[in-house]
Amino acid sequence: MAETPILSVRNLHTEFAAPEGTVHAVDGVSFDVFKGRTLGVVGESGCGKSVTARSILGIVERPGRVTGGEILLQPADGGTPVDLLKMSPWDMRAVRGPEIALVFQEPMASFSQYYTIGNQIMEGIRLHMGLSAKAARARAIDLLDMVGVPQPARRVDEYPFQLSGGLRQRVMIAMALSCDPRVLIADEPTTALDVTTQAQILDLLRELQQKRGLAIILITHDMGVIAEMAHDVAVMYLGRAVETGAVKDIFAAPQHPYTRALLRSIPTVMAKPRTRLPTIEGSIPQPFNRPVGCAYHPRCTEAVFAACRTEPPPEVGVAGRNVRCYLHGGLPGARA
Amino acid sequence: MFSFLRAKGPALSKAERYAQATQLQLTWWRFRRHRLAMISGIVVALFYVIAIGADFLATTDPHATDSRTSYITPQPIHFFEDDGSFRPHVSGLKGVRDPKTFKLIYTVDPNRHVPVDFLATGYEYSFLGITTTRHLFALRDPQRGDGIFILGTDQLGRDVWSRLMVATRVSLTIGLVGVTISLFLGVLLGGISALYGGWVDTVIQRTIEVIRSMPTIPLWLGLAAALPNDWSVTAVYFSITIIISLLAWTDLARVVRGKFLSLREEEFVMAAELAGASTGRIIFRHMLPSFMSHIIAAVSLALPAMIISETSLSFLGLGLRPPAISWGILLQDAQSIQSLALAPWLLAAAVPVILVILAFNFLGDGLRDAADPYG
Amino acid sequence: MINFITRRLLLGVLTVWMISVLSFAIIQLPPGDFVDAYVANLAASGSSVSADEAAALRKLYGLGQPIYIQYGKWITRIITGDLGESMEWRRPVTEVIGDRIWMTLLLSFAALILTWGLALPIGIYSAVRQYSFGDYLFTLIGFIGIAVPNFLLALIILYTAFKVFGLSVGGLFSAEYALAPWSWDKVKDLAWHLPLPAIILALSGTAQLIRIMRANLLDELRRPYVVTARAKGLSEWRTILKYPVRAALNPFASNMAYLFPLLISGSVIISIVLGLPTVGPLLVKALIAQDMFLAGSIVLLLGVLTVIGTFISDLVLMWVDPRLRHQMD
Repeated sequence: MAETPILSVRNLHTEFAAPEGTVHAVDGVSFDVFKGRTLGVVGESGCGKSVTARSILGIVERPGRVTGGEILLQPADGGTPVDLLKMSPWDMRAVRGPEIALVFQEPMASFSQYYTIGNQIMEGIRLHMGLSAKAARARAIDLLDMVGVPQPARRVDEYPFQLSGGLRQRVMIAMALSCDPRVLIADEPTTALDVTTQAQILDLLRELQQKRGLAIILITHDMGVIAEMAHDVAVMYLGRAVETGAVKDIFAAPQHPYTRALLRSIPTVMAKPRTRLPTIEGSIPQPFNRPVGCAYHPRCTEAVFAACRTEPPPEVGVAGRNVRCYLHGGLPGARA
Repeated sequence: MFSFLRAKGPALSKAERYAQATQLQLTWWRFRRHRLAMISGIVVALFYVIAIGADFLATTDPHATDSRTSYITPQPIHFFEDDGSFRPHVSGLKGVRDPKTFKLIYTVDPNRHVPVDFLATGYEYSFLGITTTRHLFALRDPQRGDGIFILGTDQLGRDVWSRLMVATRVSLTIGLVGVTISLFLGVLLGGISALYGGWVDTVIQRTIEVIRSMPTIPLWLGLAAALPNDWSVTAVYFSITIIISLLAWTDLARVVRGKFLSLREEEFVMAAELAGASTGRIIFRHMLPSFMSHIIAAVSLALPAMIISETSLSFLGLGLRPPAISWGILLQDAQSIQSLALAPWLLAAAVPVILVILAFNFLGDGLRDAADPYG
Repeated sequence: MINFITRRLLLGVLTVWMISVLSFAIIQLPPGDFVDAYVANLAASGSSVSADEAAALRKLYGLGQPIYIQYGKWITRIITGDLGESMEWRRPVTEVIGDRIWMTLLLSFAALILTWGLALPIGIYSAVRQYSFGDYLFTLIGFIGIAVPNFLLALIILYTAFKVFGLSVGGLFSAEYALAPWSWDKVKDLAWHLPLPAIILALSGTAQLIRIMRANLLDELRRPYVVTARAKGLSEWRTILKYPVRAALNPFASNMAYLFPLLISGSVIISIVLGLPTVGPLLVKALIAQDMFLAGSIVLLLGVLTVIGTFISDLVLMWVDPRLRHQMD
């Protein structure tokens, strides 16, 4: 992997100030995204996946705010990477759409019901590409055609509530691709859909990636989707990436106890009938009472070191990936 | 939203307390944290205390007219004599003959001090069947025409303060009686609408829409004016209340119907149904407690509207009629700019009107928030 | 869409019918029939009605026949434009009402426009800048608008203007134009006098609509489609105005349908305090003098105007909401 990443997130921190205390929704996440590859970000709900996506685009809602780290975007012409966190709000708006685009979980709620889908697709095109209304409309119809919406010339004038769930998600993808972004962030794009539609949407994403060399960040809680789609994986737990690496390595030999537990809890058709599916003990802690030390230690079956309860483990390189766990080194005073 | 419901640290007993609390208790706990609503609740309570003790707080018979005390300016109670000794008193009145017209005009005589006693005897009134003459304060040995005119007097020489006290009772109870009628109609028709559905629901809903799109004041005025002139004060009082309620129950019916329909879908109602509970038991034991707090909130928002309606009608001379006393009737005296210019204190009734409406609104808002943290 | 319009039209017709029944009841309620009252009224003022004339009147209105026939005769005459005769003025009701009905409409309409024009931007501002100084200020003004009944507000303003500025602020016209025929100068005079009563009339509705707009918009601002719009790179204001405001407009518009009846109602009462030449003072005078034909006609006219106003609001609502336009069944 000598290639430079298109997007590189370094030690990102995002906090939410609440009356009960500060919630560290994203607490030092780092990962890289490459052209033509898919990074799967996986974790239980509430682990900070979606906030990470919004932080990258700079659209975290109040009272949340990004408090630290770097988000480096490689310019299209290959110059030195720019830090999105240091950009002015004005310049940042030109990144949203033409550089990085977003596909959301709930296609119904993510569209306004008061405008036609054509209107909502054309908006970005006219704003960023400066096309005339007529040219923008033609492009919108082309995009709808590309994502497999039947009769695009007619559908372009329909309202979101007139479309089925699968079609809405296709339109969502068309809208995200309207300004030829280089990075596509898909935030649980198939969660709200039924299984057959899910497969179609994933196929579409893969096909578009191959055609256009898109870099995709695929956020999901579904290990099955990761196995099918991702090239690289970042496993998140309570705002941190606990294990990052190539998908085949992680599935073949997970290093972090949490990754192992996640993989064990996938139901398979091969399993013996009437056996209990292993689950992870306990539940995600309250965001206000994040455990001291390794955030996973209260649920971890392998928390053997005293340091697990006192200090968060640093990132260490193991077998071609990065892991945050004392089992793999990084114990305070061990190497010094 | 409910994070405070979860145990923080060792307070497990607190968590248990929350877990076992009824909907009304939960509402009350949430309501207590709402400071403005709490204060408003106290203000409303104080007003009802005034309503109950109106005669006790009044100083002069609110119906007694005396042409000599016409338009006396407000007279404060002085608590100390000039030498600093504590002897509450008001200034007396003296008659002066106008040198030109030879008409006797009564003005305040700051030199004559009439002592004021607390818990003293004054005019006779009956309260809860007991006839008494006890008042919070009254004059000792008043001469004719003397009186405690804290808020001045009107054209007929009646004490505005005393009239205001009695008016508070009338206006506030008209609100209560009116809301009770509206509530009865609203719960009955809203409940029927939700329970039976179908064409019954359609008819009731269309009726509500029709009533809501009618201009209420002209209709109220017309109906109120049609009441015979020779009816007694009490008959007019109840008729007006009914007229106002007839057009005001619609909001309550909508709240009841909406809550009813959404609760019917709840799992605990389904569970009760599966357990074989009767319809009556489901409604009164399971559903009513969970929207009781919504009804209380809706009522406290409906009350000020009732009070405004009565005040407006009486103000126009088509609601309660003298000798009844209500805020609207008091304000009727202040209707023309001539009388206002002469005696601005006649506008005094505006203060309780505004205070009560504000307090009820804050109270209702607080109750609504407490009853439904998502609403 | 056709369905929605038909439903609303039917509802409007139903409302008009109910109002007509109530108006008829208002005419009928006083003891004795109104020809008695009419005769007595004329006798009191010196002129007399012959027994023949009285009998003719009774026949004309079907008095003595069942009540629904009386109603039928009365409503037929109304539909043909004959509102009857005012007993007090002894002139046709239409003539007595004259311009006043248009003044009522003008005042209510001005208040309606004002309510919209104020509530919309203030509601948006208060939601977008929640808990700012401006938000608190408008909330405070809003509470005053809700707590002070409009006739009291009119009284207070009347008194303050008189006491502080020595002005008399009543009326819709200056003295020299009040009885003058319509001219450009009279219109200008009206435009000068209209704002104050319109503001007083609009205040409580505005306060309510600001609260509704603010609450709805706060709700809408949290919706995922707002994030979608931001993710497209739209500017913040453009995002807010195009998406959540548009969605919040909907409950706002449906509340507007109930605003018009309130304004018509309110115009009656503040007209009396401010001495405006609308039908309000006429109605109250007619009711007190038991001039029932005049009173009943005014109530009916106001009701019909309200229904028309509400129907127009419904059409606006339909135009605002594509979901209503595209309803399948």
